[in-house]
Amino acid sequence: MELTGAEIVCESLLKEGVEVIFGLPGGAVLPFYGALSGYPQLRHILVRHEQAAAMAADGYARATGKVGVCTATSGPGATNLATGIAGAMMDSVPMVAITGQVPRPAIGRDSFQETDITGITLPITKHNMLVLNVEDVAPAVKEAFHIARTGRPGPVLLDIPKDVLVGERWPFIWPDKVNLPGYNPPGEADAVQVSQACELINQAQRPVILAGHGILISHAYAELKELAEKAQIPVITTLLGIGSFPTGHLLHAGMPGMHGMAYASLAIDNADLLISLGMRFDDRVTGRLSDFAPNAKVVHVDVDPSEFHKNVRATVPVLGELKQVLGQMLPQVERKTHLDWLQHIDTLRAEHPSLHIRQTDELLPQYVLRQLSDITEGNAIIVTGVGQHQMWAAQHYAYKEPNTLLTSGGLGAMGFEVPAALGAKVGRPDKAVWSIAGDGGFQMTMCDLATAVENNIDVKFAILNNGTLGMVRQWQDFFYDKDYFATVYSGNPDFIKLAEAYGIPGIRVTDKTQVATSIRQAMATPGPVVLDFIVKQDEQVYPMIPAGESVNEMMEEPIPQRVM
Amino acid sequence: MNGNGNHHTIIALVQDKPGVLTRVAGLFRRRGFNISSLAVGNSEQPGLSRMTFVVDGDQYTVDQATKQLDKLIDVVKVANISDEEIVSRELALIKVKVTPATRGEILEMVHPFRAEIVDVGAQSMVIEVTGSGDKIQALYGLLEPFGVLELMRTGRVAMVRGQAEGRVSDDLIINYHGDGLKVNEAYEVGSY
Repeated sequence: MELTGAEIVCESLLKEGVEVIFGLPGGAVLPFYGALSGYPQLRHILVRHEQAAAMAADGYARATGKVGVCTATSGPGATNLATGIAGAMMDSVPMVAITGQVPRPAIGRDSFQETDITGITLPITKHNMLVLNVEDVAPAVKEAFHIARTGRPGPVLLDIPKDVLVGERWPFIWPDKVNLPGYNPPGEADAVQVSQACELINQAQRPVILAGHGILISHAYAELKELAEKAQIPVITTLLGIGSFPTGHLLHAGMPGMHGMAYASLAIDNADLLISLGMRFDDRVTGRLSDFAPNAKVVHVDVDPSEFHKNVRATVPVLGELKQVLGQMLPQVERKTHLDWLQHIDTLRAEHPSLHIRQTDELLPQYVLRQLSDITEGNAIIVTGVGQHQMWAAQHYAYKEPNTLLTSGGLGAMGFEVPAALGAKVGRPDKAVWSIAGDGGFQMTMCDLATAVENNIDVKFAILNNGTLGMVRQWQDFFYDKDYFATVYSGNPDFIKLAEAYGIPGIRVTDKTQVATSIRQAMATPGPVVLDFIVKQDEQVYPMIPAGESVNEMMEEPIPQRVM
Repeated sequence: MNGNGNHHTIIALVQDKPGVLTRVAGLFRRRGFNISSLAVGNSEQPGLSRMTFVVDGDQYTVDQATKQLDKLIDVVKVANISDEEIVSRELALIKVKVTPATRGEILEMVHPFRAEIVDVGAQSMVIEVTGSGDKIQALYGLLEPFGVLELMRTGRVAMVRGQAEGRVSDDLIINYHGDGLKVNEAYEVGSY
């Protein structure tokens, strides 16, 4: 039977096992929507802004490990997706974005709602395609999903002109395999590289594992745990690697870098070997490169060879898929105790208790997150944007499971938390999902509260409301002579009334004593809830290694009185 | 002349698809590279084209760009052949002013370059010359005093010498271990 291009897209999505699509229709993509309404197996979630469609697809993908799908129309619809796509690119998230394009004869004529979205997204997609013939639709969808989910995952955009979606018909033939001669993601690593890496691990006196997002992507938690326990190596998890190793584990040594735990950054500084697994030495991790891990050799395992020596020179680069590579390495890694080294790290931890919250009657944002962690027992999915709330969420929540901190890491996009939490809850209805926002980020995407209401997506939206762009203000405080220009939000709405306007409960918390009860109350309330925590304004994230500096310039919390 | 200084010759086997040139060029642009020469044409395999780039940049940046190039889905193979034994050629068309008095002199001058006269007019002639960039530059230098009206040059095309086993350029896979960095030496990022 011959189908339209739009129907072929739907059939292809079914073949790829797609369950949900986040999107917002418009003229050029309308034929796809016309077909989609006939495919109830493909759940469509209508958003209020296309950026939310891309970010929801991202949150869905991070929470489930499946490919997130979003769709938008040509022109502004497509460009609104761009921030969400860029975030997926930076954080290696599998995503397929489908955009309608103006009909082929209209392309290149500056037609209404025409933008060159494949051109625009060239540097922020793993790959993109302008599909110019109906017979190319099915192979293009198959290729898009294959590229998005394999190797180092990333977003793929398919731009399909309106007349390809609806003009002609073609038999739906699902290809057996993809034809991509230029794309061969690595699997097992070279045996020589593996044995060289293991030799360094066996010789090391002061090794640390830097576990990154790659562990989560390749589902290598069991292998990571086995490696750490067998050779008694402390595990430092990067921001995106949080959840790859249980926070409470004796060998867990925190998060490194700009706002990481001091003992983690100091452990890297003292280490003689970094075992870097699926991480990319972001500048927020390394600080000044010439002072980073000055005494360490580096074993760098990654699926993307362009990461080797990009920022930090690897003594032994190991190219391969992480789970398989760890499987190859484990038999060659010797049992060790590293007693002196682990004791040294314990001493660092005791001397630099980065995560203590000081005793005060004021409502501290850190306290809110610690309470949330305790009450949810570390079992919720926490979704954040970027800024102070993000760092406190990374520091003070005790993540137990993989894929439970979803955060805009590489791109650092404010507003990610609201739509990404929606996507996460749609993908993991069994988990409690909390969107943690600042009042700044929340206002970037709060229009999609409507999406939560409309689809009854049970996300708890916590706002750590300090009335400012907190992290920017912190930089002004530290580095710009306390010139708080353009960071005060004096016209914030009443978020409780806003919640009421959307027909959902809102809880305002102004006092420390109300925190636990409000969290419990929200959890006991089915459906979305907004929690407006009015937190202390000038609370800073510590420790802090200023951008471009090293662990030697680390600033720790100046208040001497610390209580558990 | 290859592998000297910051000059790098990179060849790529790419899928013959729309946009592939933009993707490749965009990669170099994003890293602030100047492509000093570029040549593209069909390969011996249907559906695949070969590109030859000459780019300027330090070893670190070229290594990064080559690896990034290899990541592009439409790029099948990439090799930095700067340090290899290669054959490389460029072609130039030079339109030079002539008068009855200078015509003979120019013809004589062109001869040792094994260049050909491909068009003759009353007041100009077009010379076609093939060879290395240096050779073309040398001939241009000699013709310049007569008045060059127009110069058109192709990019360089390059091929690894066959040697005994008749190897082809694509056999040179990029070296994932090459780094171009000394220990603890990398571009320092600023404070941002």
